[in-house]
Amino acid sequence: MTLLEVKHLRTYFQTSKGLYKAVDDTSFDLDHGEALGLVGESGCGKTTCALSIVRLLPKEGKIHGGEICLEGTDLVSLGDEEIRSRRWKEVSIIFQGSMNALNPVMKVGDQIAEAIVLHEKISKQEALVRAGELFELVEMPVDRINNYPHEFSGGMKQRVMIAIALACKPKLVIGDEPTTALDVMVQAQILNLLEKLRKELNMGLILITHDLSILAETCDRIAVMYAGKIVEFGPVEKVFENTAHPYTERLIACFPHIGKEKIIPASIEGIPPNLFEPISGCLFYPRCHKAIPLCAVQEPEMEKTGEKHFASCHRIGEA
Amino acid sequence: MKIKDFGKAIFKNKLALTGTVTLLIFILVATFGPLILPFSTMQFGEVEDILLSPSFAHLLGTDDMGRDVLANLISGARISLLIGAVATAISMLIGTLIGILAGYFGKGIDNLLMRFTDFFLVIPWLPLMMVLAAILGTSLWNIIFVIGITGWAGTARVVRSQTLSVRERQFVERSVSIGAGHAHIMFRHILPNVFPLVFANTVLVAAVAIISETTLSFLGLGDPTMASWGMMLHYAFAGGATAAGAYWYYLPPGICVVLVVLSFTLLGYAFDEILNPKLRGR
Repeated sequence: MTLLEVKHLRTYFQTSKGLYKAVDDTSFDLDHGEALGLVGESGCGKTTCALSIVRLLPKEGKIHGGEICLEGTDLVSLGDEEIRSRRWKEVSIIFQGSMNALNPVMKVGDQIAEAIVLHEKISKQEALVRAGELFELVEMPVDRINNYPHEFSGGMKQRVMIAIALACKPKLVIGDEPTTALDVMVQAQILNLLEKLRKELNMGLILITHDLSILAETCDRIAVMYAGKIVEFGPVEKVFENTAHPYTERLIACFPHIGKEKIIPASIEGIPPNLFEPISGCLFYPRCHKAIPLCAVQEPEMEKTGEKHFASCHRIGEA
Repeated sequence: MKIKDFGKAIFKNKLALTGTVTLLIFILVATFGPLILPFSTMQFGEVEDILLSPSFAHLLGTDDMGRDVLANLISGARISLLIGAVATAISMLIGTLIGILAGYFGKGIDNLLMRFTDFFLVIPWLPLMMVLAAILGTSLWNIIFVIGITGWAGTARVVRSQTLSVRERQFVERSVSIGAGHAHIMFRHILPNVFPLVFANTVLVAAVAIISETTLSFLGLGDPTMASWGMMLHYAFAGGATAAGAYWYYLPPGICVVLVVLSFTLLGYAFDEILNPKLRGR
């Protein structure tokens, strides 16, 4: 059975200016032990998508439709109390910016044990022993569980956050830009750690980032999001080599290539569309270098462009 | 900050050191003084003992009943400090609880609790205390209760504003996501983060509590069987000590109140300096 199946998810925010369609008709799936990269520019709905899955949306945000099936159970239909008991035991999240996600006046061991005690009927002592084991798992010296967050470096705090996310042995972990605030060396260490843990524990991983180079190394499949929709979805090599959607093309062009001739990385002109009143046709066409008149009128469907590789563009299949 | 560092910081800070030492002396005297006193506070003297000026027999002289003033002063210290400490504890408990509840839940609860707090902030506290003390009757616990429930409003406001800021921090969001309940978040995550503020506020509230006690007792609303410093001043005034020029009777309790309040205030400043890194000397 697939671990996670998101079908036609629609998450809208009720604001004073109207309904903001942050995630609109998004579908993807994930297998046990598989890593999926969710990529796109700021504000395209990556984090909203993640928060929908763990049902931690701010109170203005509501899921207006679709299903999120975790091993066959639809999380959207569950009550608050039920989702609270399942969250962390089945799906957990590593927050954006770990620096602030730890309580400065509480020992880190206690903060890991907190998650365990809240979900399993075990004593604080046993939970602390488990916290020690988790520390070993994330490659930190066990005796440091008695330290306070300010005694750790950024990378170490991120390891603590990962340990907290793994506290109840979830089947799915969502990393919301887990390496954003770290320098490149530490970034690589954290990514290697996540990669190792994913294989050891056979857990599903959703990695959210704007850094395509991270995804290329750690993920099995990539979903490219634009303006609340997935525009391209497929195995990593296919997305990079047989890029089907012009947005993905432009996104890849934004990154400098080592070994290739020196060129200034290209930016994508324009800004993402206003999601209060989405335009008709393809949402990307005003910024698209391949746009044809049809794009302004008709929204393209998700089409199969290769094995397990999908994209939504009218010009797929043209040379 | 660790306890050891905190101790060191107090030792280095002259204000803090003065305040701490003065307060410690008062606390030691109040605790052990009455046990070693040669006179009983209830031991009335003969007619020739009335209002004797200081001598070796009576270091601070005698009062209008012929009792030893020093003995009264020391047993008064016990009562004054006890009332100050317990009333402060009550104030801090109410203030912290209301502040955290209002800041954490926000909206209607915040509005309700803060209007209630405003009521206690704007009402003239001295008349309120006098009326309450008069209605409840003059006993030690009533005085403590009256001072305790009138002194928490400022603390509630300060704690609320800090809670508002702590509540939005990401570790609170994380705690919600792992399934923690309201009580857990308020007392395990928010309280430890607002605690330095509560702590610094405590010393200032304690100073006010002792002044309040002195005022109430001086006005004759204290417990007549438990003579605090305020009560001594009341009796000195009623017994005509000022007219008789018996300075040894009315000055010592007054000076003691001033010293204790001053040392609390010094500690308050010092805590602010120690706990607030921006003011910390380098």
